[in-house]
Amino acid sequence: MALDAKTPEGDLEQKWTNYKDHVALVSPANKRKLEVIVVGTGLAGASAAATLGELGYKVKAFCFQDSPRRAHSIAAQGGINAAKNYQNDGDSIFRLFYETVKGGDYRSRESNVYRLAQVSGNIIDQCVAQGVPFAREYGGLLSNRSFGGTQVQRTFYAAGQTGQQLLLGAYSALERQVSLGNVTMYARHEMHDIVKIDGKARGIIARNLITGKLERYFGHAVLICSGGYGNVFYLSTNAMGSNVTAAWKSHKQGAYFANPCFTQIHPTCIPVTGDHQSKLTLMSESLRNDGRIWVPKNIDEKRKAIDIPQEDRDYYLERRYPAFGNLVPRDVASRAAKERCDAGYGVGTTKMAVYLDFADAIKRYGKVEIGKRGMADASDESVIQLGKEVIKEKYGNLFEMYEKITGENPYDVPMRIYPAVHYTMGGLWVDYELMTTVPGLYSLGEANFSDHGANRLGASALMQGLADGYFVIPYTLGNYMAGEIRTEAIATTHPAFDATENECSARIEKLMNVQGNETVESFHKRLGKIMWEKCGMARNEKGLSEAIEEIKSLRKEFWENVKIPGGIFEMNPELDKAGRVADFLELGQLMCLDALERKESCGGHFREESQTAEGEALRNDNAFSYVAAWEYNNGLEEMHKEKLHFDVAKPSLRSYK
Amino acid sequence: MEHYSMNLTLKVWRQKSHENKGRFETYDVKDISSEMSFLEMFDVLNERLIHEGKDPIAFDHDCREGICGSCSMYVDGRAHGPWQNNTVCQLHMRAYKEGDTIVVEPWRSTVFPVIKDLVVDRKAFDRIIQAGGFISVNTGNAVDANSLPVDRAKSEEAFNAAACIGCGACVAACPNGSAMLFVSAKVSQLALLPQGDPERNSRVLNMVGQMDKEGFGNCGNIYNCEAECPKGISVENIARMNREYLGASLSSEI
Repeated sequence: MALDAKTPEGDLEQKWTNYKDHVALVSPANKRKLEVIVVGTGLAGASAAATLGELGYKVKAFCFQDSPRRAHSIAAQGGINAAKNYQNDGDSIFRLFYETVKGGDYRSRESNVYRLAQVSGNIIDQCVAQGVPFAREYGGLLSNRSFGGTQVQRTFYAAGQTGQQLLLGAYSALERQVSLGNVTMYARHEMHDIVKIDGKARGIIARNLITGKLERYFGHAVLICSGGYGNVFYLSTNAMGSNVTAAWKSHKQGAYFANPCFTQIHPTCIPVTGDHQSKLTLMSESLRNDGRIWVPKNIDEKRKAIDIPQEDRDYYLERRYPAFGNLVPRDVASRAAKERCDAGYGVGTTKMAVYLDFADAIKRYGKVEIGKRGMADASDESVIQLGKEVIKEKYGNLFEMYEKITGENPYDVPMRIYPAVHYTMGGLWVDYELMTTVPGLYSLGEANFSDHGANRLGASALMQGLADGYFVIPYTLGNYMAGEIRTEAIATTHPAFDATENECSARIEKLMNVQGNETVESFHKRLGKIMWEKCGMARNEKGLSEAIEEIKSLRKEFWENVKIPGGIFEMNPELDKAGRVADFLELGQLMCLDALERKESCGGHFREESQTAEGEALRNDNAFSYVAAWEYNNGLEEMHKEKLHFDVAKPSLRSYK
Repeated sequence: MEHYSMNLTLKVWRQKSHENKGRFETYDVKDISSEMSFLEMFDVLNERLIHEGKDPIAFDHDCREGICGSCSMYVDGRAHGPWQNNTVCQLHMRAYKEGDTIVVEPWRSTVFPVIKDLVVDRKAFDRIIQAGGFISVNTGNAVDANSLPVDRAKSEEAFNAAACIGCGACVAACPNGSAMLFVSAKVSQLALLPQGDPERNSRVLNMVGQMDKEGFGNCGNIYNCEAECPKGISVENIARMNREYLGASLSSEI
C-alpha cells in the first residue's frame, strides 16, 4: 500500500485553514447517531472524548486505571509550549514550528508540525477557561519559562505539576460530558483487540479488569490514545501500567508502525540504586534553567561534591555547547552524560550519575533578593537563605520528591542525575487527519508518531496531546464520519466480534496454560536489559543484530516458561502484565530492526557508526530522510517509506554550539 | 545516605473479592534494602508468593512518583504510612528498621468497597466531579488567556487546592469517613478563580448533594484529613466550602 499523508495543498501557513474550510461536516442530527471509541484517557484521549462529546457524538472512553484522572499525563512536570509571544521576546508560530522540526532533527512532517504550532495558543486559552491554575505574574497575567532547545520563553507551567493540572482540566471536561450523557466511561478496562468489518475499524474487545471477562464495544471509529511504549525498557519514567498493547494490536490489524526506534532518553532522572528498582523518576527539565551540570575533572576524585573547588569541576555542557549550555536538547544532554560516565568521570556509588548543582543559582537569586530588599550588608548566610526560598518557590515539589527518594537534601548538596527512558517519538503511522492505515482507526498523542521526529523538545508532549484531542480530531474525524452517516450501529453479535473475541480469549488461555517457572516481571526485566544495552542511548549494527536474536529466543522462552498465578475470571494483575509484556517482546524486536535499518544518527537515535570526529551525531539526509512505516504481515515486518519534504525548514546541521 | 538491609514482618489484609470475607495474613520478608520504596518491597514479596504458588497481593499503583493518586494503603493505622505529605509509593524503607512489624490494610470506608486485597473502588469521587467539578466551557469557546488577569495570590491558593490527587486518604483517615477535604478542594479551586464564578452556586450545591448521596460522613472538625493528605491540602478549603454552600443556599435564584 502506498503511503498517502493527505497533506493539504497550498502554502504551509494556509494548509490547516484551507483544510478546515473545505472539510466535510456532519450535521448535529447525524452526530447523535455516530459512535466513537476512545482508548486511553490521558491528555489526548480525555480532551478528544470530551470535545467529541460536546460536538454530539456518542463516545465510549476506556482506561485501565480506576479513574480517567490517573492517566500518566498526570506526571508531566515542567510545562507546555505555546507560541503566544506574551514575553515579547521574538516568539512566533513560525519559530515554534521551526524549532520543533529542527529539534526533531528533520525527521517529522512539516505540515503536521506547523499545524501544531498554529493551535498551540488555543490550547492555553482553553485550559485557562477550564480553570487550570497556571503560574502568574504579580499583574495577574500568565508567567513563562524557557526549556531546552529554544532561546525564547514560551513554556506555560503550574509549578512542577503542569501535566496534573492540564489532565485534571481535560478530566473535568470529560466528566462533564459523562454527566450530560454524551460519554460513557469504562474504567478498569483494557483494550485487547480491534474489531474490523469490511476493512474498517468498527469496535474493540476490552477486558474488564475486575471480572476478567471480555466485553464487546461497537464504534463507527476508534481512536487509539494509549500513550507511549517506553516501558519496553522495563525501567523508564512511564507509569507501571503504561503499555503498548492497544497500539500493538492495532499494528497487527494493519496499522503501520512508524519509526519505532525513536526513543527519548531524558537527561535528568534520579539514578538507579539497585536490582529492586521498579521505575525511574524524572526531575523536570525546567531544573536545567537554574541547575548546572558537572562532573569532577579528576577521574579518581574522592571528595564530596561540595568540597570540590571550581577549578576541579568540568561543566561539560557549558564547555561543549557554549551557545545553549545546560539547555541543550534532551538527546544531546543525555549522550554527553553517558560519554562522561563511560569515560569514568561519573559520581555516586554506581559511578553512573552526574551532578545537577543549584549552588550558583541559590547565590544569584539570593543576591537579587538582597538588592530588592535593600539589605546591602546582609551576611552570606542570609543570601543563601533567601536564594533557597526563591528556588523553593520555583521547584519546591521537585526538590521534595528528590529528597524523599534519595534521602539527600538538594538545597545543600547537588542532585545526582542520570538519563532514563522517558518518551517514544515513534508510534502508529498517521496521516494529516491522524488516521492510521486502517480506515476509521485513528491515533492521537504519544501513541502516534507524527510531530516530534527523532527527538521531542521539552514541554511539547503536553502541547501535542492536547492539540490532537481538542483542536485536530474534532475537525478531521468529521471528514470520515460524513461518509458513515448511513451506517447503522452494528450489533456486537456480528461474526467479526465473535471471531476477534475468540482470538483474544484463546490467547489469554494460552498464557494461563503455560504454567512455567519464571515470573512475568523477570521476563520483563530481561527484555529491558537487552533493550537498554543494545537499543538505548548508543546503538551499533553488531549489538542490534544480537538483540534481535536474543529477543527472539526470550520470546520463545516466555511462551514456554512464564508463570502466571490465579485465574482468568477475577482481578489478576499478573495476567494483565503478562499480556502487556508479550506485546513488548514483539515490539522490542521491531525497534531493534528499525534501528538496524536506519544507518544514520538522528535525534535520539545514535548509531555509533555515524558520528563526527568530535563525537556528535551525523545525520544522512540523502539516504534516510524518510519515515520508516512498518507493515505487519503474519509475523514478518515490511518497511514502507514516507519520503519527507522540507519546503520551509530546510535541513541544516543541528548545532547547539 | 547510608543504606542498610532489614528483615520485617508484614500483616496484610487479604480479601479475595468484595463478596468474600477478609483476614490478615502474616508474611516475613527478608533482606529489604533501605533504598527500596514501600511498593518495591511488595514487589519482592509478590515475586516470592508467585514462586510459592500463592496468590500475590493486589494493590493499586501506577505512576510511583506520588502524583496519579492510585496507591492507597493504610499502613500502621495511617493513610499512606508514617511520612507527612507523602503517598505510600514515595514512602521509602529507610523509614523502618530491622525487626519491625508493619500492618497494611485497604482504605477504610464503606463508600470505597474492597475489590480485592488492598484495592478499593473509588468511583464515588468521579461521580462527585460529574455533579459539578468543572467549568462549563466547550472547546473553542475560550477567549485569549491573558484577557482575564487573575489575582496572583488567589491563583496560588487555587493551585494549592488543585494539587489534590483524588487518592481518598482524607476519607480513609476520617473517623466519620467524610469526603469534605476532597470536595472542598475542587469547590475552592473553582470558587477562587473568576472563570468559575458563573456556576459558583450550583456547583457547590450539586457537589455537596452528590457527596451526601454517596454516603460520605460529615466533617467533625478533627482534621485527620489535613494531617494525612499527601498533598497538604488545607482544611481552610472546608471552611471556604461551607461559606460557599451557605451563600448558595441563601441565594434566591436557587
